[in-house]
Amino acid sequence: MGKDLRWRALLVVGIVGACLWAIIPPEKKVRLGLDLKGGVHLVLRVQTDDALKLETIATTERVREELEKAGVTVGGVRDLNPTQFQVTGVPPAQDALFRQTAAEAQANFNRESGVGGSYTFTMKPNLVVQLRQDAVTQARQTIERRVNELGVAEPIVAEQGTAGDQLLVQLPGVTDVRHAKNIIHSTAFLELKLVEQGPMPTREALLQATQGQVPANMEVVPGVDTRAGERPEAVYLLVRKAPVVTGRDLRNARPSLDQNNQPAVSFTLNNEGARKFSKATAENVNRYLAIILDGQARSWPRIESRISDEGQITGGFTQQEVQDLSLVLKSGALPASLTYLEERTIGPTLGADSIRSGIMASLVGLALIVSFMLLYYRLSGVNAIVALAFNLIILLGAMSYVGATMTLPGIAGFILTIGIGVDSNVLIFERIKEELAAQRGVRASIQAGFSRVFLTLLDTHSTALISAAFLFQFGTGPIRGFATTLTFGLIANLFTSTFVSRTLFELVLSRRQAKTLSI
Amino acid sequence: MQIFKSPNYNFVGYRWHALTLSSLVILAGLVAVWVKGLPLGVEFSGGSIVIVQFDQVPAIDRVRSAVGRVFPGGGQNIVVQSYGSPELRQIMIRVPQVGVESGTGLSDAADAVEKSLADAALGRFTVEGREIVGPVVGQDLTKKGIWATALSLTGILIYITARFQFSFAVGAIVATIHDLLVMMTFLVLFRYDLSLNVIAALLTITGYSVNDTVVIFDRVRENLRGMRKDDLSTIVNVAVNQTLGRTVITAGTALLSVVALFLFGGEVLRAFSFTMIVGIVSGTYSTVFIAAAIVTFWRRRKPVRVPLGTGPVTQATRSPQTARTKAKTPRSPRAV
Repeated sequence: MGKDLRWRALLVVGIVGACLWAIIPPEKKVRLGLDLKGGVHLVLRVQTDDALKLETIATTERVREELEKAGVTVGGVRDLNPTQFQVTGVPPAQDALFRQTAAEAQANFNRESGVGGSYTFTMKPNLVVQLRQDAVTQARQTIERRVNELGVAEPIVAEQGTAGDQLLVQLPGVTDVRHAKNIIHSTAFLELKLVEQGPMPTREALLQATQGQVPANMEVVPGVDTRAGERPEAVYLLVRKAPVVTGRDLRNARPSLDQNNQPAVSFTLNNEGARKFSKATAENVNRYLAIILDGQARSWPRIESRISDEGQITGGFTQQEVQDLSLVLKSGALPASLTYLEERTIGPTLGADSIRSGIMASLVGLALIVSFMLLYYRLSGVNAIVALAFNLIILLGAMSYVGATMTLPGIAGFILTIGIGVDSNVLIFERIKEELAAQRGVRASIQAGFSRVFLTLLDTHSTALISAAFLFQFGTGPIRGFATTLTFGLIANLFTSTFVSRTLFELVLSRRQAKTLSI
Repeated sequence: MQIFKSPNYNFVGYRWHALTLSSLVILAGLVAVWVKGLPLGVEFSGGSIVIVQFDQVPAIDRVRSAVGRVFPGGGQNIVVQSYGSPELRQIMIRVPQVGVESGTGLSDAADAVEKSLADAALGRFTVEGREIVGPVVGQDLTKKGIWATALSLTGILIYITARFQFSFAVGAIVATIHDLLVMMTFLVLFRYDLSLNVIAALLTITGYSVNDTVVIFDRVRENLRGMRKDDLSTIVNVAVNQTLGRTVITAGTALLSVVALFLFGGEVLRAFSFTMIVGIVSGTYSTVFIAAAIVTFWRRRKPVRVPLGTGPVTQATRSPQTARTKAKTPRSPRAV
């Protein structure tokens, strides 16, 4: 055996060994996709407009306060759409003062003057882009935290889509879609706001004191009155628009019981939140504080004394609701609401059926191919089968190393790899037969067969790799799985059909001087 | 063992028959699409699929009428059929997308299906799987699928042009598009939905068909160097015959594995393996008859330029057909 040949044999053994190590035992090392394992697959869209709206409203409120402080009397300050707000009726005499006061807003907004002392502020385009991106990132991180709190093993939360506002959520092994969706989807936007009027059973009754108008710095929120022992009724409250604290100021939230032994959520605030909260509660003792969750007032306790950093949310919750609410509050509010674009649930039996049938079919197919190769190519068939086995081992090993998952289309890629593997060997063997028929020696025929076909294989594999690359680039989940499998399969096959198979031939021939070849 | 002992069939001679046959099949497919519409899977059309497993399978009609009751104008657009092998006792229900994208509204239709089954007292059942796709996803997927296919075909066109020549590339691409159209025809005629798995099969065949074609082209390129006196039709025909053994064995083994997949692969892979079977037959046929024919039409009888340095590595050529003309080959091959 030549030194060169020994090194080549060692290289083959080393690579195959490393790949075997990566896939044994297969039930632990080979990662299965959702379609095989069962679970929930969701695609959501982050309504990034919500985040823009939040910023625009906050700026609108700030400008209003500043103008009041500076003594500028204007007709009105209101937000027009998620990225614009308008100030109307600025008196000509106070125009300069207005411009000076509102200058702060111009850090983020472009000012444009209209007729009759009106000004329109439009959010700067780069801020729009940034806020949208931030909203998606924040939503992803929030959902990741929630999913982890749920105790799902190996979840996937990833950004996707051409517009960049979609999130893919995969929860293997989860079958209760509704619960999972509720946890992911609840905005859990908590705000604590001072009550100015109410609660009242109707909007009209609530606004009587203010002549049917909602003052500019206030808003009406709906709520449900759930005093113990009475039927819950819908009520309305008039509250300050600017919140005292929000969910962002929370440090922790946990299930607890209120004074009537009903399920409730207790929360603690972080330093910043505690500072704001204790100041506001000290200034407003004996007034009511509305606890608003996702735009709905849950309760409105009276402030009895200064509170520093603790509070409780009550309001007719069930035990399950309290647990879910603590979970979502703790993991933070979503910066924007979500809509669902796609939902797939694969029950565990359905996935197991697919695996069983997929493996069964692959084995039957493999057995047929192996029998054919042995019948047709005899001993050389053994060579082809070893090369094919190595091909599959390297493919699985490579997928395991990069952490790729096995999906149904992945199995399709697997079968295509088998097909290409067999084809490569057939090409080489047929060529060797041709060379043998032309009365060349065994060794020379083998050499010619491999070197002639190498270019053909390079061409066929390159074209297939081109398709696979585009598939990966443009495809979504399952198609990507197919492209990944195919790419690794092609590369592994080029190695096994030319290098491994040839090394095997030469290993056999190095022992004896062959006159004939079993092919 | 040898399937063909130096075969010499006149494949190129049958190119007109082949083109007629292909045109008829594709025309039938187009008519079928025009009459019945393209059967889109839920991934593309949007909608909901619910797969339920009953303790005791009720009659399909009872399930259909139960579901039809909750969907206005239902019945026509609702698909109810048994799913998988009978012992699994599974039924698949597909309803079109209702309502718009909003909050949790996406799953309303699927929820309504489940509720209607429960209300109709059809016996105990469990929901085995749900697949709900909003309209946005389908549009996205269609756009991406078309781009991926178009770009990969362009990529292959460029590669083959670089490695062989433009007429070869056109032949390969036309053969591949031919296979895609034939597969579509059979999908429509046999009422298989165009699902993601079917798309995977279509793409697999794209790769397979190009692969098959490249092997023959490779031989044509090699023969062009040795058979300078023969016209292109002869050269192509010799190449097809030389690689015939390989073509048949490869197609045969590939068919073995997909037929196994069709028979034992279960419901999920049925449409996939069906598409593959059609595609392998069509891909093999189109390589031999369509791709080769296009090349001969492109430059009939005119000598073909061989790019330098793209021939086989070894200069000595002893295969029967090339040996015949070896003596006449000029010492230093120059492009003509």
